Amino acid sequence: MADFGGTDLEAFRAEARGWIEANFPAALKGKPNPMMGEERPKPSADQEAWRKAMGDKGWGVPTWPAAYGGGGLSGGEARVIQQELNRAGAYNPIGGMGVMMFGPTLLEYGTEDQKREHIPPIVKGEIQWCQGFSEPGAGSDLASLQTKAEDKGDHFEINGQKIWTSGAQYADWCFCLVRTDTAKKHEGISFVLFTMHQPGVEVRPIKLIAGSSPFCETFFTNARAEKKDLVGPLNGGWTIAKRLLQHERSGLTGAGGGLGGGGKSLEQLAKDYVGVDDKGRIADSDLRTRLVNNAINWRAFQQTAIRAMMESKGNAGPSSATSIMKNAGTQLIQERHEMTLEIMGHQGLGWEGEDFSKDELEAVRGWLFGKAFTIFGGSQEVQSNIVSKRILGLPDLTQNH
Amino acid sequence: MAVLSEEQSMLRDAAKSWVQEKSPVTAFRKMRDSGAELGYDVTAWNEMAEMGWAGVIIPEEYGGSNFGYLSLGLILEELGRTLTASPLLSSGLAAASALILGGSDAQKSEWLPRIAEGTAVGALAIDEGPHHNPEKVAAEFKGGKITGKKTFVLEGMAADVLVVSAKGADGVGLYLVKANDPGVSRHKLSLADSRGAANIEFKDAAAEPLTGGAALVEKVLDRARAGVAAEMLGSAVQAFETTLDYLKVRVQFGQVIGSFQALQHRAAKMFTDLELSRSAVEAALAAIDADSPDVPELVSLAKAKMGDTFHLVSNEMVQMHGGIGMTDAHDAGFYLKRARAAEAAFGNQAFHRDRYARIQGY
Ligand SMILES: Cc1cc2nc3c(=O)[nH]c(=O)nc-3n(C[C@H](O)[C@H](O)[C@H](O)COP(=O)(O)OP(=O)(O)OC[C@H]3O[C@@H](n4cnc5c(N)ncnc54)[C@H](O)[C@@H]3O)c2cc1C
Repeated sequence: MADFGGTDLEAFRAEARGWIEANFPAALKGKPNPMMGEERPKPSADQEAWRKAMGDKGWGVPTWPAAYGGGGLSGGEARVIQQELNRAGAYNPIGGMGVMMFGPTLLEYGTEDQKREHIPPIVKGEIQWCQGFSEPGAGSDLASLQTKAEDKGDHFEINGQKIWTSGAQYADWCFCLVRTDTAKKHEGISFVLFTMHQPGVEVRPIKLIAGSSPFCETFFTNARAEKKDLVGPLNGGWTIAKRLLQHERSGLTGAGGGLGGGGKSLEQLAKDYVGVDDKGRIADSDLRTRLVNNAINWRAFQQTAIRAMMESKGNAGPSSATSIMKNAGTQLIQERHEMTLEIMGHQGLGWEGEDFSKDELEAVRGWLFGKAFTIFGGSQEVQSNIVSKRILGLPDLTQNH
Repeated sequence: MAVLSEEQSMLRDAAKSWVQEKSPVTAFRKMRDSGAELGYDVTAWNEMAEMGWAGVIIPEEYGGSNFGYLSLGLILEELGRTLTASPLLSSGLAAASALILGGSDAQKSEWLPRIAEGTAVGALAIDEGPHHNPEKVAAEFKGGKITGKKTFVLEGMAADVLVVSAKGADGVGLYLVKANDPGVSRHKLSLADSRGAANIEFKDAAAEPLTGGAALVEKVLDRARAGVAAEMLGSAVQAFETTLDYLKVRVQFGQVIGSFQALQHRAAKMFTDLELSRSAVEAALAAIDADSPDVPELVSLAKAKMGDTFHLVSNEMVQMHGGIGMTDAHDAGFYLKRARAAEAAFGNQAFHRDRYARIQGY
């Protein structure tokens, strides 16, 4: 129960507050996290200093083991750090797919040497990773992937194409699923790591409906992965991939961000744009009902997140509630995006220009990008299939493939 | 589909083949990429006008064909399929309606023939804030001049004549203002759906009243709403059909994704909603042609139902295409963006549900 306060945490809180005060550059206060942006401009000296400080301290990934540079802290202490960062108007500069997905997976499945090589640069925010999973023909049916890795003695030679590779144009390394046995489906997949900075790797950014190009087509022509960078056994990559996807999904359930409205609640936004009646209620009663509905479900969602956390601590395995989190959360966020636009009315239809406020333009782009939340990390349909077959025990018609 | 007269069938077929040949979605994409100043392709608009589409509801004596709103709706539906942008709705439907219903002989003679042949463009300037609220009018008409601000005027940049709502001595009414009047300043909006729209400021702009007061405002708006709904119907049907085609070709797990019942049932649901929407849209257009007293409720019914359906179908289009639907290179995003703009135009679903409820006495 230490997580919910107690004197030991209060001492830690004082330490965290002091350290953040001493290290967080005042000029960055309240500024957005550059890791959250879709483009990656060159960081400022302040941003670099802050990344380095947090990286050296290991507090960007507070619960990761200290042996690899992580904070080595408890979940309770990690939450204190987050609270203190928020309080100081500071962001966590250590992020990306290395932190969210790959690091936790490698900590679980990697060899000692692999962890020593790859974890510290993630902790320090020095190396950015991208996820080479999806292919043009292998999306929901990821295990049908065709990108081939051939054994060349001391290394694998990789040929094929990935698609929708988020951040590939900025990434230093790729964790990639490759086919090492063409006779089998799931049992013919391996999990390899390789540098993106090599001649056999070509990336072509793809433009999104929201206007930006945060992901790429990624082509491999005789690209090279060292043998030491095979994670897990040869042809044993599928188990690791599934674990990684679990990390991806749990990271996505809260995939809020970019709700627009400049941090205002939807309720306040509605009052500002739509007006109130003589009793102070949102003037559009139709909209009001839908807003309240979303708010109620949102609260229930948060209550479920807390319950799942408590249960997973009490029991051995994860709570069955976690299986619903991605669909429940992303659906509520998409609803909020839609209602934000509706609230803004004509002002919520702008693409660019000074006739629209920054918040209004962000709401439109956020709404468009938000459509991806129910597609990536296991689409809504694939999630529902997982709930149906793994949790509810219903038959699976796609099993034979 | 409504039972069509021979003329209507011919008109629809002509529209269908022109749209498919001359104005596929790739033409819309080209228009968007070129950053076309007016938000539509002027050459394509001229072709439409040559075929007489801008004069479909205009009486023959003023150069039109007097085929009525259902006929114009058929054309708008076909244009909607490929998201063809043009001033047909603003000019050949909305502004033309205002003149037909409220114009003097002189006003009609001045504008209708030019609107019918597409050499003049008219547009409707009603809203003053972020939401459609035609009863809330601050713009004032005094001494033959209008002062005020209008927002989100569709085809506002292209317009030669603006049909403006303003408060006069006898309450709210519609007025004609020439767009090149020195008292008019227009500001182009850059919208997510890439269509043409403007915010417009009037400072002592010379204005001529139309006859009919607040009732005329509603009558004209109802015609515009029914027209948008017809265009939305075409867009939603095409979005659905494109998605349906994809369900039949995209293979995952060794089978086309359309074989999964989770998607089949949603496709069936969309089809159901589209059928319901078509009935509502056609009924509204037919009621306008019959000058029925039910026009307001039928129009609100159509705009609300059609809005919900297009909303659903445009979301499903992206979702069912997966990653490819998120890319700018695919058409799904165009339909999604157009859906929200069309939903908001002349009252969104909440507005029309509320209006329907009020008319019905809920
Ligand atoms: C913004 C964005 C970022 C991404 N980033 C990455 C990345 O960094 N790395 C990476 O590897 N991938 C990434 N992806 C890819 C993402 O994981 C895939 O898009 C996703 O797995 C869906 O695959 P697909 O696009 O091929 O769609 P498909 O699998 O073709 O699906 C099409 C539709 O069919 C449905 N469907 C499929 N199978 C079934 C079924 N059995 N039952 C019911 N419905 C079904 C789907 O849910 C979807 O609605 C990203 C995608 C997006 C949009």
